[in-house]
Amino acid sequence: MLAKRIIPCLDVRDGRVVKGTRFVNLKDAGDPVEMAGFYNREGADELVFLDITASVEGRRAIVEVIRKTAEAVFIPLTVGGGIDSVDFMQELLQCGADKVSLNTAVLKNPELIRSGAERFGSQCIVAAIDACRVELPSPNASQRWEVYSHGGRLATGRDVIEWAAEVEQLGAGEILLTSMDADGTLDGYDNALLAAVADAVRIPVIASGGAGTLEHLYEALTIGKAHAVLAASILHYGTYSIAAIKDYLAAKGLPVRPVIS
Amino acid sequence: MPSLVIVDSGSANLNSIYKALQIVSLQSVISDNPPVIASADAVIFPGVGSFEYAAALLERKGLSEVLLEVIAAGKPFLGICLGMQLLFSSSTESSSLTGNSSGLNVVHGLVKRFPCNLHVPHVGWNQVNLCFDHPLFDGLSDGAYFYFTHSYYAQPDLESHTLALTEYGFPFTSATVVNSLCGVQFHPEKSGPAGLRLLSNFGKIIADL
Repeated sequence: MLAKRIIPCLDVRDGRVVKGTRFVNLKDAGDPVEMAGFYNREGADELVFLDITASVEGRRAIVEVIRKTAEAVFIPLTVGGGIDSVDFMQELLQCGADKVSLNTAVLKNPELIRSGAERFGSQCIVAAIDACRVELPSPNASQRWEVYSHGGRLATGRDVIEWAAEVEQLGAGEILLTSMDADGTLDGYDNALLAAVADAVRIPVIASGGAGTLEHLYEALTIGKAHAVLAASILHYGTYSIAAIKDYLAAKGLPVRPVIS
Repeated sequence: MPSLVIVDSGSANLNSIYKALQIVSLQSVISDNPPVIASADAVIFPGVGSFEYAAALLERKGLSEVLLEVIAAGKPFLGICLGMQLLFSSSTESSSLTGNSSGLNVVHGLVKRFPCNLHVPHVGWNQVNLCFDHPLFDGLSDGAYFYFTHSYYAQPDLESHTLALTEYGFPFTSATVVNSLCGVQFHPEKSGPAGLRLLSNFGKIIADL
């Protein structure tokens, strides 16, 4: 059986891991290469590095973080943040990333997904979508979500479900779907959002934003129909170990890769 | 020490394999030079991306011939992901509407796309169930998890060429073996301890020559 994946997310700024709430109030959470090694030993199925550095110098730092991590950690590595060209994708893939996660740049230029997929294969291209609930005009209206760019700062006017279908058409191999409403709250994933996107595409959806309890992870993988869950706060601050998460999910009947294999 | 060459077919993350081999104390050389590959004692043939593009690149770089030579000589050979698929006769992954793309044809069979009722690509950790014992899987439990990411799967004509099966909607061939030739659809270099053990086992196969 294909296992449900548990993916620690390392938000990296200027070479350090940070974690915020609803995309702001960033706190230092550790050294990325050390943390990658730790999560690998703990049984993480994959790692995601999101570079939230704005500066050009910071961009060089993420390249080094990936290079050093890839020398010691033999599980899939995804890197995202500020990737705006096929050349930069190639540099990251060459230094050890297995996938690149594309967000703001492809909202401006969707063809970048196609170019990346044609050059490196769809399995390398993750489309990251930051979604925010749209206030309903009436209580009976069906829920909609809007796509935001620039790390959740700018509303794009695009509908999340339509954009998800479009990135699939363009050649993305996975969707990393973050609920801005839920991010960092520890109140649970936005399962209605997850299920709506999962129903609209035939590529795997990775749930992100809101994990606070083991039950939340289970719900994202069942009610939310996600193939994988991304988590940060509950892991970085030691609330749960990967082993505890996997034991819980396995006891609930979900397929997971055992921590010791 | 026997020489191990990683074939640079122009389409794979070779460094990950190189580093993973280092971790299990296997020195290797990355090369796209036919004489270097021809003189190797063993060969690892990785690949990602499109079958048709990679097959054309093998031809252009003059690599098809030397790979066939190495395989015919019975040297230990490990194809990984697209590197496994390229060992097969042909693939439906083709820009031509009428024909298939041709592979190296050392394993008779066809590479096909997963049906559209499944989520494609098949990405993540899945179980590899052995059809018979093989030194490549020495010390690994039957049903061990490995990391996959692919949209096409290879189907050998002969059942005896399927070394392992993985379930994704139906059981597909996740490892193949023909004499000294092995191929795995998953990525051992991205499969944590299980993957490192498989690479170490390949090293033992080479050392036992």
